[in-house]
Amino acid sequence: MTLTEKILARAAGKDRVQAGDNIWVKADVLMTHDVCGPGTIGVFKREFGKTAKVWDKKRIVIIPDHYIFTSDSKSNRNVDILRDFVKEQGLPYFYDVIDDPDGTWKFDASKGLLNRQYGSRYAGVCHTALPQKGHTRPGEILFGTDSHTCMAGAFNEFATGIGNTDAGFVMGTGKLLIKVPETMHFRLEGKMQPGVMAKDIILHCIGEIGFDGATYRALQFDGEGVKSMSIDDRMTVANMAIEAGGKNGIFEFDARTQEYVDARCQLNGTKATYEPVTRDKDEKFVYEHVVDLSKLEPTVACHPDPGQRKKAKDMGDVKLDRAYVGSCTGGKTSDFIEFAKILRGKKVVIDTFGVPATPEIVHELQTARWDDKTVWQILVDAGVRMTENAGCSACLGGPVDTFGRINQAGLKCISATNRNFPGRMGDKESQVFLASPATVAASALTGFITDPREYLS
Amino acid sequence: MQSVFTGPIYVVRDNIDTDQIISAQYLNLVPTIPEEYEKLGSFALAGLPDSLYKTRFVKEGQLDTDYPIVLAGRNFGCGSSREHAPIALGSAKCRIILAESFARIFFRNCVATGELYPCEIADRLCDVLKTGDIVTVDLDAATVTAKETGKVYSFKPLGDVRPVVDAGGLFNYARKTGMIPA
Repeated sequence: MTLTEKILARAAGKDRVQAGDNIWVKADVLMTHDVCGPGTIGVFKREFGKTAKVWDKKRIVIIPDHYIFTSDSKSNRNVDILRDFVKEQGLPYFYDVIDDPDGTWKFDASKGLLNRQYGSRYAGVCHTALPQKGHTRPGEILFGTDSHTCMAGAFNEFATGIGNTDAGFVMGTGKLLIKVPETMHFRLEGKMQPGVMAKDIILHCIGEIGFDGATYRALQFDGEGVKSMSIDDRMTVANMAIEAGGKNGIFEFDARTQEYVDARCQLNGTKATYEPVTRDKDEKFVYEHVVDLSKLEPTVACHPDPGQRKKAKDMGDVKLDRAYVGSCTGGKTSDFIEFAKILRGKKVVIDTFGVPATPEIVHELQTARWDDKTVWQILVDAGVRMTENAGCSACLGGPVDTFGRINQAGLKCISATNRNFPGRMGDKESQVFLASPATVAASALTGFITDPREYLS
Repeated sequence: MQSVFTGPIYVVRDNIDTDQIISAQYLNLVPTIPEEYEKLGSFALAGLPDSLYKTRFVKEGQLDTDYPIVLAGRNFGCGSSREHAPIALGSAKCRIILAESFARIFFRNCVATGELYPCEIADRLCDVLKTGDIVTVDLDAATVTAKETGKVYSFKPLGDVRPVVDAGGLFNYARKTGMIPA
């Protein structure tokens, strides 16, 4: 069996499963957020009754992160709906925007969009926060009401996005009927060259199979090349399995996975036991592709879908209006460090936005020093508009007052995010080009899509 | 259960993602709150670029569409897991999506909510038919008939999906069939 099949078989209480089987699996964790949580809770109450209790309090994680720093009253209300439900159910894992459990959330626009407006428990973008807060464990099943839930596959678990109705069902029963996906195999070899990042790996793979090349399928990433990839790198890759239509993306377990997961579970006092899955000899794949990491070059996915692959060096004639670094896939500490390496001591020539995924990342960037300056200061000095309000922000457009949202037709933006269908970051007549933080940085310096290797010293 | 649907179609191309079906800015609406469910319908497919789609799916100021059937190319519903997408289409009184292929989560959400019949059709009809053409979809026969030409096209029978959508979604179906207590 493949890694995915092994986890699903275990969760279904079976010795074996194969692609195409419909099976009931037990969920280890259900995650929801402010955009789909209120609807999920609505389904749960409608179907199980107003006084119904969730199946297991400790297995539900609620992370407001999407529409937080906005004056839109319905969005603010949605955070309050989550808080009321958490109180009623006595859920321990709720990463609220505010500290007062009896309070209500209201964003104060007069304080501006850049300065921190959240309490001590706020965790930021759910997919990046889940591992940081000790909720991702090898061998487990994670369901989340968000398509990028697949990011947790970096930790050798089965993680996939589901809708509100399915989530309402899981909330009440702890189970879900799913189809075992076929597995596509990506064997990674070699090491990435300077100027090449994990984003280039996944943009390469999606370009290889097309925007729907993995529909209903699992993407398994393994091989020697994975050893040199950091946890952040693996998360970037697994995150975008969905951009080829994949059900999940999954990595092998190794010492790095163990070190990260153990440290995070201990730090947060979450469940620390788990059972990873390892590779069998009889894995059956529907597709095999070998990626030589040393041959990859900075890659861009052009408007209007993540499968429109081109090399950055061939796109120098594309004039840009803005640049953006942020989101679950592209707003991690390592992403901002690569961003800063290229921008250090220089000035951006187009509007450039930086949105760290989580408050912990904000803290790291504001404390990590490079000579006499913090990484944060280097970016601000280069002209990047850095916000402390960690969250999904303009990655998915959001309400019109969202930081970094494209509110004008015709604008072209290069972005370290994960999706570029029409209107993704705001105006439906704008265009988004996906690239690594290094490529975004180099492009912000020239105003045209630029290969970051031109800026390596 | 109604098996035959006749009406004008709304034609879209490949890769219509969930942002184009229901723009992210309207995700502040909660589908289980009745008045917000209604409102979601008024924004269905409003994320399509005006430069490519001159005719709106739902007219300005209306809650429902004039097109009970959407005809699409490949990968309809790709992108996010937002259930707001099939709900917006269903709330606008669309009943059927005919597409060459569907994205996984969208297909599943159509069935789980019971809002839409997602029918997979091998022919690339979005190159043949245009918005406003009248068709008849027969779910029992798994056929689409174009009124003007009289041509009949077959699609993949809905199979196990049909009774779940007929019942009004996953929970209703599970109760009806005794999978969960009524």
